Amino acid sequence: MIWANAVVQGLLLGGLLALFATGLSLAFGVMRFVNLAHGDLAVLAAFLAVSVTGGLGVNPFWSLLVVVPAMAAVGYLLQRYAFNRTMGPDPLPSILVTFGLSVVIQNALLEGYSADSQGLDAGPIETASVELPGGIAVGWFPLLMAAVAAVVLVGLQLFLSRTRMGRAFRATSDDPSTARLMGIDDRRVYAAVMAVAFATVAMAGLFLGMRQTFGPSDGPAQLIFAFEAVVIGGIGSLWGTLLGGVVLGVSQTVGNQIDVEFNFLSGPLFGHLIFLAALAFRPTGLLGAGRRA
Amino acid sequence: MTALLDVRGLSAGYGDFQALFEVYMAVEEGETLAIIGANGAGKTTLLRTLAGLVPASSGTVRFAGADLLAVPAWKRVGHGISLVPEGRMLFPSLDVRENLLIGAHARRGGRWNLDRVIEVFPLLAPLLGRPSEVLSGGEKQAVAIGRALMANPRLMLLDEVSLGLAPLVVKQLYAALPEVVEAGTTVLVVEQDIGQAAAAADRLVCLLEGRVVLEGDPDCLTRGDIVAAYFGMKAET
Repeated sequence: MIWANAVVQGLLLGGLLALFATGLSLAFGVMRFVNLAHGDLAVLAAFLAVSVTGGLGVNPFWSLLVVVPAMAAVGYLLQRYAFNRTMGPDPLPSILVTFGLSVVIQNALLEGYSADSQGLDAGPIETASVELPGGIAVGWFPLLMAAVAAVVLVGLQLFLSRTRMGRAFRATSDDPSTARLMGIDDRRVYAAVMAVAFATVAMAGLFLGMRQTFGPSDGPAQLIFAFEAVVIGGIGSLWGTLLGGVVLGVSQTVGNQIDVEFNFLSGPLFGHLIFLAALAFRPTGLLGAGRRA
Repeated sequence: MTALLDVRGLSAGYGDFQALFEVYMAVEEGETLAIIGANGAGKTTLLRTLAGLVPASSGTVRFAGADLLAVPAWKRVGHGISLVPEGRMLFPSLDVRENLLIGAHARRGGRWNLDRVIEVFPLLAPLLGRPSEVLSGGEKQAVAIGRALMANPRLMLLDEVSLGLAPLVVKQLYAALPEVVEAGTTVLVVEQDIGQAAAAADRLVCLLEGRVVLEGDPDCLTRGDIVAAYFGMKAET
């Protein structure tokens, strides 16, 4: 039952990891854009929530209403007026710019909030749980995170497959030049994609802040988990990202259990090993078809 | 009568390579103009420049009286210009229906819609739910033309319609052109097949090494004139 519990907890953790990875997956899938500041953006959103909850005296969940739209607006503007200028056949400029942004965010947070760890108090939901048959206790908060991740990913998938704008996103992803011939401004599409990416990573950042303490330099570690979820699931596939998050989450919780039982491996290390195995044996990911030429 | 498209002294190219040299050309509303020329004559560059995908280095292009070169590529379809690009360039992640529907993204009103496109190309009816990548060359070309028509263009630019297609398929595609023109669309078609171009067009323009070397009514031009211009023999003599 201990192992079943580890798997269940891992499934729920997978939701948060998938939410983390969604923006990264979307940005790479549509724009072939690698955002090295992705993890720092999550941490930035968590710190913004600290300010909003402290300033307005509201529960962190209410801060979502401020932080998520604000981050989406920042994402739109950054892409429109900064990232778009770096895009082209050579990925290096965008990588360098987002690396620089990562450094700027970390130092700004350090200046603004100090190096002390912070946390967001979500209230009684943090410790409330429901008991499943077999004595497995499942926290309401992890359940909520997993449910939000599932709703966001399903919503995004429906948006991409069923709406006019989603069709424009996919066409731009396929061939931006030909998309222009259809009357689609690829630069605006990219900005909209980045707004969605920032909104999802803001949500993930807030949940991270409610789940654990965080500091200004925690972003790169979150970036690695997001990358691993995207690569395991398949680059550019949102369903793959969900699956990748779940596989990584289960790997981490099972790894933790192995550590407890056998004093061998640790959760994150086991997750990294699964990521390396996925890279070695299925480099296109579980649901990825690989990049088109 | 003012021409729908008036090209004056248009030069364009790719980086240091110049492909068009001071091209002068006019297209009247409602006519079908064919541009012919050998490989590398600048036909595709001319169409891509008109569509906004290749920047012009000098010259002017007026479309319905407006300065076309000042309009970004993604807005030109809204002004009434649609390009059927060489190689079809369908979107692989979109099925056939979506590939057609995205042609109407700019929401220009007009006579063309999905049902009308299917009427003109009935072969597409059973294919609507299929991925575009599995289609034959002729089917892809029909989707590409249908996609351009969905934008309700005033001017449709067709690049190498017959390239890589069986003669029967080419004949079927060209058979749809009169209906397109009748619906109010002016057609500018790039074609390597001189016979096909002469049969379909009201007027021929021949490009050679980026310059217009011959222009006229195909019924008034002799085969010798066209062949000489096409291969540059006239220029040498």
